[in-house]
Amino acid sequence: MSEQLHIKELLYKMADDLLILGHRNGEWTGFGPLLEEDIAFSSMAQDKIGQSLALYQVLNQMGEQDPDTIAFMRNAPQFHSCHLVEMPNGEYDFSLIRHFLFDNADFLRWESLATSTFSPLAKISRKIKGEVKYHVFHADTFLMKLGNAEGESHDRMQKALDETFNLALGIFEPSDNEDKLINEGIFIGEKALQQRWLEAITPVVLKAGLRLPAESTWQPVYGGRKGKHTEHLQPLLDEMTEVFRIDPGAEW
Amino acid sequence: MITEHDIWLALEEVMDPEIPTISMVDMGIITGVEMKDGGNYVKVNMTPTFSGCPALRIMESMVKERLEQMHIPHIEVETTFDVAWNSDRITEKGRLALLKHGLAPPEPKREGYIELAVLNDVACPYCGSRNTTLKSPFGPTLCRALHYCNNCLQAFEQFKPVF
Repeated sequence: MSEQLHIKELLYKMADDLLILGHRNGEWTGFGPLLEEDIAFSSMAQDKIGQSLALYQVLNQMGEQDPDTIAFMRNAPQFHSCHLVEMPNGEYDFSLIRHFLFDNADFLRWESLATSTFSPLAKISRKIKGEVKYHVFHADTFLMKLGNAEGESHDRMQKALDETFNLALGIFEPSDNEDKLINEGIFIGEKALQQRWLEAITPVVLKAGLRLPAESTWQPVYGGRKGKHTEHLQPLLDEMTEVFRIDPGAEW
Repeated sequence: MITEHDIWLALEEVMDPEIPTISMVDMGIITGVEMKDGGNYVKVNMTPTFSGCPALRIMESMVKERLEQMHIPHIEVETTFDVAWNSDRITEKGRLALLKHGLAPPEPKREGYIELAVLNDVACPYCGSRNTTLKSPFGPTLCRALHYCNNCLQAFEQFKPVF
């Protein structure tokens, strides 16, 4: 029984990350610096919200409430998303760096879960990893283009990377009961995932003419997985649910 | 009496709402047909091409409507991830239908498939040249990427390879 709780914890943090970042990506619709980029962030928003739905559906099958209720009826302290995803979009450099750091981690997570012993999650992971490859491809391409460009472009990417890295380490906030999931072959665990992530992003960062912040400065921003959030999450939720809350029982 | 073969034939008439030249069968979205009770109960299993595809609910209702025309009393349509969709599920006929719509079909999965490097190796649907460039992996729908043909100087879209 407790195993079910730990699986739910894993599903919630993944789904909440995707729902919140999907919403943030969607805020670029109509504001992207190029038409193609406007479309890219809007498409990734659509993917991520669809992926969060797939996870909320698994939760629903495990006895949690229906996906719309889970997505739209909770307040900030009930969300398990990391701080990285709730930060306002800011400038495009921050959005791109967040996209690069998050989506590389996200792809590796789905890839590792494709062989999970918890089959409902393994099934959706086998599908979704193919979708997220495109997110990684897009992020890596832009990191290399802008990082290798001269002057302001390079400097802003480096500055954004320096300022975002500790938030990104917060993706891998460990949970108290992770060992059980690891022992059962359900999930490889956040520590192993972070290691794979560092191995994946380091060569891309170097190829982009950038550098990761020195390890001595790493201070992961934790708290999100346990419901502690910044002041930015609740206003996002208020906006996201504004129409839903007018008439929660409405048929669409 | 209606047979499973009849059901498949009927489903071949249900076209993708976003690409009306290809049927949902040729797209590889229909993963199975189950019949029970002497043909009084038919269940159609489907799998999403993209988990965020907004056409999914519409496709389910299109399948249902088509079977209702056959006067089947109990119809069920279910979309699950039991069979993971990938672009090799598109049939040969389906690939031609995509071309007819002006979309380059996805490259098939190759031995030693170099993940995304293959994205830049796409034949132009208008002139057939492979001298093309990927402009963006995201296009007007989740399943399409934007390319440019350096030979006939035309922008074109590709149905993305997904594995």
